[in-house]
Amino acid sequence: MAKLTFREDECKGCGLCTFACPKQILRLSNEKINKKGHHPVECIDMEACIGCASCAIMCPDCIIKVER
Amino acid sequence: MLVFDRPKALCDVPLHYCPGCTHGIVHRLVAETIDELGIEGKTVGIAPVGCSVMAYDYFNCDMIEASHGRAPAVATGVKRSDPDNLIVFTYQGDGDLASIGTAETVHAAARNENITIIFINNAIYGMTGGQMAPTSLPGQVTQTSPYGRDPKLCGYPVKVCEMLSELEGPEYLERVTVNSVKNVRNAKRAIKKAFQNQIDGKGFSLVEVISSCPTNWGMTPQEALKWIDDKMIPYYPLGVYKDRSAGIFAHSQEASK
Repeated sequence: MAKLTFREDECKGCGLCTFACPKQILRLSNEKINKKGHHPVECIDMEACIGCASCAIMCPDCIIKVER
Repeated sequence: MLVFDRPKALCDVPLHYCPGCTHGIVHRLVAETIDELGIEGKTVGIAPVGCSVMAYDYFNCDMIEASHGRAPAVATGVKRSDPDNLIVFTYQGDGDLASIGTAETVHAAARNENITIIFINNAIYGMTGGQMAPTSLPGQVTQTSPYGRDPKLCGYPVKVCEMLSELEGPEYLERVTVNSVKNVRNAKRAIKKAFQNQIDGKGFSLVEVISSCPTNWGMTPQEALKWIDDKMIPYYPLGVYKDRSAGIFAHSQEASK
């Protein structure tokens, strides 16, 4: 099973990962606000993650760690 | 099993770039390359002036800050001081490399200086607030061309890879982009090749990365990546412009030799 870990406080909420995800399971959080004042990314269905690392490859701030 | 994590050569600090700026992706690709080739201890990076002026804070190798546009000249000096051991790369934007630093770039290429240049082309001056750059497209609206760039008044954009491919000096010139997962993987390959060329002593390698500037283009990060596909790539076609070892020459006369 794949696992994503986000450094939430470094996320700038650009959303490039949400568009890169082939399973469409990433979104910008509606509730949370991080230290920088952005809505950080969150995974809505970790079970569906295939660990392809597309999100991490497109992340300009390198905040996503992918394990499989 | 770890599939993806931050490369060791990229310092563990938040980047100062705007949300969605692809500078971060290219920083990571350079850091991954340094990790994979195992050259962190002997790499010297030259930081430019522009948005990436603080690149020296982000790479774990030695870094030198050059004056505006002079990074290839500084890199020449560093490389020639210890050509057998040092790996020298410069990281420059379009206002730095294609405007004030044109002379340094062209002459470093003409001398076939054994250095690696990572050139970020986002068609605008990002740090100073979105003025027209030498690489701005005809008709592009910027702070200093509010009615669109008029080639009759401002001239035409500088196509760096095409310009340098006419010289006999350079070893390797390629234009890539980072607007999709596939293109990022391709950019990684090109950057790694540019570093490998230097280790093999082949000579001047320049990788031009078509990049986005969502803030100054006035778009969302996603729209900016699409704008690269729609507007920039038709004007700046991707591909290898010169690879002497592989026998690829954009200049037909040279190829026929």
